[in-house]
Amino acid sequence: MKLTENEVRYVAALARLELSPEEQRMFGGQLSQVLDYINTLNELDTSDVEPMSHALNITNVFRDDVEMEKFPRKAWQANAPSQDSGHFRVPKIIEG
Amino acid sequence: MNDICSWTIHELVAAMEKGQVTSKEAVEAYLGRIAKVGPKLNAYITVDEEGARKAAVEADKRRAAGEATPLLGAPLAIKDLLATEGLRTTCGSKILDNFVPPYDSFAVARLKQAGAVILGKTNMDEFAMGSSNETSHYGPARNPWNTSKIPGGSSGGSAVAVAADLCAGALGSDTGGSIRQPASLCGIVGLKPTYGRVSRFGLVAFASSLDQIGPMTKDIRDAAILTSVISGHDPMDSTCSSEPLGDYLSGLEDGVEGMVVGVPDEYFIEGMDPEVEQKVREAINILEQKGATVRRISLPHTKYAVPTYYVIAPAEASSNLARYDGVKYGYRDMEAEGLSSMYCSTRNKGFGSEVKRRIMLGTYALSAGYYDAYYLKALKARTLIKRDFQEAFKDVSVIVAPTAPAAAFGLGERVDDPLKMYLSDIFTISANLAGIPGVSVPCGFTTGGEPVGLQILGSYFQEASTLRVARAVEREIGITTVKPRVDN
Repeated sequence: MKLTENEVRYVAALARLELSPEEQRMFGGQLSQVLDYINTLNELDTSDVEPMSHALNITNVFRDDVEMEKFPRKAWQANAPSQDSGHFRVPKIIEG
Repeated sequence: MNDICSWTIHELVAAMEKGQVTSKEAVEAYLGRIAKVGPKLNAYITVDEEGARKAAVEADKRRAAGEATPLLGAPLAIKDLLATEGLRTTCGSKILDNFVPPYDSFAVARLKQAGAVILGKTNMDEFAMGSSNETSHYGPARNPWNTSKIPGGSSGGSAVAVAADLCAGALGSDTGGSIRQPASLCGIVGLKPTYGRVSRFGLVAFASSLDQIGPMTKDIRDAAILTSVISGHDPMDSTCSSEPLGDYLSGLEDGVEGMVVGVPDEYFIEGMDPEVEQKVREAINILEQKGATVRRISLPHTKYAVPTYYVIAPAEASSNLARYDGVKYGYRDMEAEGLSSMYCSTRNKGFGSEVKRRIMLGTYALSAGYYDAYYLKALKARTLIKRDFQEAFKDVSVIVAPTAPAAAFGLGERVDDPLKMYLSDIFTISANLAGIPGVSVPCGFTTGGEPVGLQILGSYFQEASTLRVARAVEREIGITTVKPRVDN
């Protein structure tokens, strides 16, 4: 199975990755090879098999809706690349 | 006092209890050794000299005041994907190069409560994606037994730090073998506990249904001690189990008399290093001599573990890593104009090749039209792999196998061949998919002088029996007294 250049570009866009032409070529080839290997799963008859999304039988975990310890906003925001008066600054979203 | 760095955690704590050595002296010895041999091995991304010295003085004071917590004053190292309050946590990535967590992960908080001193943060494959430590943004850690070889991954820095006596013990994380494989390649002990045994709160997420934190240590007793400290229920991780803690220490020396040990045919395959197979077979013979019943078993879906993993892990990663967008923390490409372009350019410049490759793979597997063919199919294959183990554990107490198909390979040997790199984890991945515990214990050396690891897998929450079997191997063929020569 060979991933086309268009498919590589499409998946990169979905993943918000801006790949260079060189990376597109490299990933196209490498991912095709890995997908071929993954396709060995088609040898398995899984028609009567339940999917397993989790190792343990854990159901939803709830807690009481009460206020918990607050983390200091300043300490958390200190890691932001750009901030202003308690807000995260981002590049302009709407033109005009 | 020269060999203080080579002591196990329990030896060091016992010596401190007797007043033979202080935590401050131990920390100074480690910092001196890290400065001397550290650059050659690149085991640490960040060394916290100031924090470690302060914590050591504090620990000595607490001991003088009569306290005796299990790790009081013991200098440990932490894989750089566990959040440490006020101490940079990079996950081996440029995108988190300047990230300083304002809180401690559950496992680190538990270590500190038990009195541990944190020496620093260890090198790792970027976002724990790799089997050789070569995807680290900070350059690879090197195998102390042979510095032209890889230490394994992704917890390579922790394995090197323990093997080269740059800490008394360490924490790693294991998503597809990332504790056990580097432990095997560096000649130390590494345990991946049952999924849900240790809280993942504060662990930078890679594949959330597979990730598990565990100890990397100089001997089995230390692994049991650290597991006791970091395990237990945490309301901050909804997948953390409330199963009562096992007693990992009291039965450690009980031996294997009367135990049934399963040896799966599928873990001795064509292409594996014959010397590795020989060492593993010798270890199995020793278990038999010590009174265990050894039985051939079959885990028929083993060959589907790697392809299953390379759908599920990248799919979860592609979702988990969506948060790195240059807004709330981490790197941002300040040159980019417009929000969308900022996201794309930040991610492209912030992530390395392997991380991008896996995000691409996972995004593809989850994309419209491919979800059923890849993701759902892999989840069903995962059920079959889990059933193999459930069947096997009806008849055997533990399963023993090689940890890795070969000893350490050369730096650069597999970087251009992702599929070949992925196959390095062929014997460790199944345990993550099923969620069962597994430990790697050294069982000898190849003729080239590289360590070989024996893997012991147990059923859910049976960490105690895997450690007990591992201890029996360690007692007979332990290499704890043999050390890599890295001082010259």
